[in-house]
Amino acid sequence: MTTLTNRIEHKSIFTIQNIISGIILLVGLVLTFLRFTRGLGTVSNLSNNQPWGFWIGFDLLTGVALAAGGYVTGAAVYIFGNEKYHSAVRPAVLTGFLGYAMVVFALLYDVGRPWRLPYPFFVSQGVTSVMFEVGACVALYLTVLFLEISPVGLEWLGLKKTRNLAVKLTVLLTILGVILSTLHQSSLGALFLIAPSKLHPLWYSNYLPVFFFISSITAGLSMVIFEGSLSQRAYGEKMDAKHLKEKDDVALGFGKAAAIVLFGYFAIKVVGIAAGNHWNLLFTPYGLWFQVEMIGFVMLPCFLYSIGVRDKNLKLIKFAAGLTVFGIVLNRLNISLIAFNYRLPLSERYFPHWMEIGISVFIVTIGISVYRFIVTKMPVFYEHPEFEDLH
Amino acid sequence: MSNSRRNFFKQVAAIGAGVAITKPAKATEEFPGYPDSYGILHDTSLCVGCRSCEAACNEVNQLPPPEKPFDDKSVLDKKRRTDDKAYTVVNRYKDRDGEKKPVYRKIQCNHCFEPACASACFVGAFTKTPLGPVIYDPSICVGCRYCIVACPFNVPAFEYDEPLHPRVMKCTMCYPRLLEGKLPGCVKACPVGALTFGKRKDLLSIARERIRKHPDRYIDHIYGEHEMGGTNWLYITGTPFEEVDLRMDLGVTPAPEFTYSALSAVPMVVGLWPVLLTGVYAINKRNQKMAKKEEEEAVLAAIDKTRKEEQAKTETALERAKKEQQKAIDIAVKKALEETSRSKDKEENE
Ligand code: SF4
Ligand code: SF4
Ligand code: SF4
Repeated sequence: MTTLTNRIEHKSIFTIQNIISGIILLVGLVLTFLRFTRGLGTVSNLSNNQPWGFWIGFDLLTGVALAAGGYVTGAAVYIFGNEKYHSAVRPAVLTGFLGYAMVVFALLYDVGRPWRLPYPFFVSQGVTSVMFEVGACVALYLTVLFLEISPVGLEWLGLKKTRNLAVKLTVLLTILGVILSTLHQSSLGALFLIAPSKLHPLWYSNYLPVFFFISSITAGLSMVIFEGSLSQRAYGEKMDAKHLKEKDDVALGFGKAAAIVLFGYFAIKVVGIAAGNHWNLLFTPYGLWFQVEMIGFVMLPCFLYSIGVRDKNLKLIKFAAGLTVFGIVLNRLNISLIAFNYRLPLSERYFPHWMEIGISVFIVTIGISVYRFIVTKMPVFYEHPEFEDLH
Repeated sequence: MSNSRRNFFKQVAAIGAGVAITKPAKATEEFPGYPDSYGILHDTSLCVGCRSCEAACNEVNQLPPPEKPFDDKSVLDKKRRTDDKAYTVVNRYKDRDGEKKPVYRKIQCNHCFEPACASACFVGAFTKTPLGPVIYDPSICVGCRYCIVACPFNVPAFEYDEPLHPRVMKCTMCYPRLLEGKLPGCVKACPVGALTFGKRKDLLSIARERIRKHPDRYIDHIYGEHEMGGTNWLYITGTPFEEVDLRMDLGVTPAPEFTYSALSAVPMVVGLWPVLLTGVYAINKRNQKMAKKEEEEAVLAAIDKTRKEEQAKTETALERAKKEQQKAIDIAVKKALEETSRSKDKEENE
């Protein structure tokens, strides 16, 4: 009897989670309406001094960095031949795909005339623009991710032939994905190269593209670990034995890699300061903030990762992953919002409007809902019984 | 006054001739810099902050009416920047000691030689015309606002209140008027000759001449001659440039050069990455294959070994069995022999 009621409760759509999502979606629709009837001025604090705000800083810059798990895991497994991480590929590619889809979705709100987004490719090419490169790579990469994740849907639909064709492309797509990711992860940093007079010198550097690329690897590795621990809690019963068995291997292996890359990242950031000879700025207020970012969210997680891997302490590794992810968010917001326009008086500085954050939350909620739908219905955390051993 | 009037006529004559020459001969002019391009010189030592230029600009560009009328001086109490309703604004800067008169400076697009806005735009909505003006084409603009991020002079503005068709708004140097042979609205309206229109190279000589004649009135620097690679709008002033919000730390590097090396790395990545990655893939694939082969061989060997062992075992077992059999036979024979001998004995005894 109790099991029966439990089952019914479980099936009911009025779970707390669903109610909250519902409210967010409703508010989001209202905000969407406002954005497209009243304009950006109504729903945002964007201004002529701060033309890029939370949507670019969080949804675009952070979103793309955190969606790096797809290419990082794909490269580790298919190119570098670490077969033992195989079960991590699908969840990572799925998150990558949804992440990029959310980025593009957010851009529809941010740019003035969203239906013209294909213009740079089909109408008038501004090839001197870093933005052109970002746009081209993101558009291509979204396609690549779609093809990479398509076997999941095809297996679910039982389309064996198409699925096998898609799987055959895996290596090619992975290599393409790495190339495109290298290009646009770095060029997101290069976007800011054009404005040395506006970005604080501790964050501005000719190496910005390299910083963005390297940190996207740490972001990708950490997101896989971080997301893995979340999904295990939520979808543990969905996972097959292989997935569960490899889970800890993934955390240990990726944790080790993350420690190394974080260390490298820290080193090149120091090189950046040395190249600009900005040591004297380190003890100004902005400098202290810079140190918080570098020590608290780069050095510390690097250290914790190392200890965690040495002691095989999965909890510590997961904590380090969370810290790194937060550090990436902080870094991207620093560059686009906090250290940008650092010369402006406080009264002219930007702080996001609640509606901007509301729209971001709306988009992320949609992304999470789609993720939940896919992982509960389709073979992401387990191998489809009919397609096992067909890789 | 007569001086400025003579200037005015000179300017009109120059522009008329300029357009006549430039129109057919556009292609002969060379980038960068368009040496024959036009510019405007703003002399802050002459500017009286009357805002006539703002009014004229508003009129010739058909911008929406301002909140406060153009002759309302209280507007000057607050520092302003250009926005979507004003391509140009004049700001008042108090002189340091408060002794002398305040200084006024007009802001608008500086019409850079190699504009940051143009290099940043991913649809190429900005064009540096050979005449000098940097103009914008709203019919292809996506509204990403990267141009606004890029402009080092904080000039372009966006129509944030326009929900579906927002444009980027900035001074055009009155390009349409230039094509008609007319002076820019603001230059024409300036009552004191603080704005001078002409060929940029002539403006440079005029500026140098003024500085030479009145070293006490001017700082020996023409702002815009080299800043950000050079601009078509030029400034001279007696107040330190920083104090009238003209940044001296921008350097002389044209903006496109900041992103040049990053962009030129693209073909490198596109060329090298596939080769490297495929190489790594091939090596790993081979390693995996070798490992697999070795494994298979090991398995075969193991099977072979066990088979041999088995065989050996069977053989020994057989042997043992044979031996045992032999033994049994032997014993049996022995027994039989014994028995016979015993029975023989018995018989003999009987
Ligand atoms: S001043 Fe700014 S808007 Fe004007 S041309 Fe230069 S970069 Fe473009
Ligand atoms: S806002 Fe328009 S003009 Fe400016 S960079 Fe974007 S597309 Fe180009
Ligand atoms: S040149 Fe024309 S558009 Fe530019 S400030 Fe003067 S009047 Fe306005």
